Amino acid sequence: MVFVGSDDQLTVPTAVKIVIAGGFGTGKTTMVGSVSEIAPLRTEELLTEAGVHVDDLAGIEGKDTTTVALDFGRITINTKVVLYLFGTPGQNRFWFMWDELATGAIGAVVLVDTRRLDSSFPSIDFFEHRGIPFVVAVNCFDGAQLYTVDEVRHALDLDDSIPVVLCDARDRESSKAVLVGLIQHSMNRLEAAV
Amino acid sequence: MTAREDWWYDEAAGPLVRPYAMVRGRTRPNAPDLHLVTQVRASSFASDQTSLTVEHREIMALCARPLSVAEVAAYLDVPLVVVKVLLSDLIERGDVIVQNSPPQIPDRDLLQAVLDGVRGI
Ligand SMILES: Nc1nc2c(ncn2[C@@H]2O[C@H](COP(=O)(O)OP(=O)(O)O)[C@@H](O)[C@H]2O)c(=O)[nH]1
Ligand SMILES: [Mg+2]
Repeated sequence: MVFVGSDDQLTVPTAVKIVIAGGFGTGKTTMVGSVSEIAPLRTEELLTEAGVHVDDLAGIEGKDTTTVALDFGRITINTKVVLYLFGTPGQNRFWFMWDELATGAIGAVVLVDTRRLDSSFPSIDFFEHRGIPFVVAVNCFDGAQLYTVDEVRHALDLDDSIPVVLCDARDRESSKAVLVGLIQHSMNRLEAAV
Repeated sequence: MTAREDWWYDEAAGPLVRPYAMVRGRTRPNAPDLHLVTQVRASSFASDQTSLTVEHREIMALCARPLSVAEVAAYLDVPLVVVKVLLSDLIERGDVIVQNSPPQIPDRDLLQAVLDGVRGI
């Protein structure tokens, strides 16, 4: 196996990632698309019918499989750093994917739709339990902003230290602001830890 | 590349026909750790490609610039598990180089760079 040699080093960037989580239809793919420099890409993991992750093709032939899609985008930060944004469904049977996604991630944005707050509960639980920095972004679907930030915080039973912001996932500046807030939150957490 | 509809949802042939044809059911016993964002790039010293499959060559062309494993899978339109096998072949041949660092929590400098970068887009 050939690893990056000295003369190749400069041209292979460090990759970092942010997870965009939340229930179905909360605007994950929309947010990825708003900030990504490329149209969102889609990649698929295989699951058996029973929901078991297929990470090896041996013995899987002939078994029924299904796929779970990951939408992702890319922001080239500079020649040395590239940021990936992964939008992924927050459903329990996909946790195997979340483990890989969350490992080494800067943190997560949990999108919520106040008309269906409960669809984002599993995502919040996941990041809370793993101690992964996250912010909650309330996607303001037209006329659906029924609650204040404080009401959402209360309804989701969020710790005061978790930032809650309003956003429009279709809007680039709004989505950028959410990402900036998350990165700052991660930096604060890092500083608090040392 | 064949359109996805031609194989992935081919009821008669079964859902895994195409990926199997590509990797012939092989596993990756000595494979490097390939994560979603692991960066791969074609080596500037790539060997003779005549014996490579179409998919391998397609990867070589894609990786003329550094890409993540997830991007290669998306552009090739194959599941991640398949692209990892194909990439492992190329890495073993020395035709593709891989970033040899495990995923780590970004440190302060890296976070600052990302923050500045996102603000600048
Ligand atoms: N009005 C409005 N619609 C949105 C907003 N964000 C997403 N949508 C729409 O909501 C639907 C679901 O969004 P999508 O990004 O696919 O959700 P995902 O399932 O979380 O990836 C799409 O039709 C979007 O166009 C928003 O901020 N406001
Ligand atoms: Mg989506």
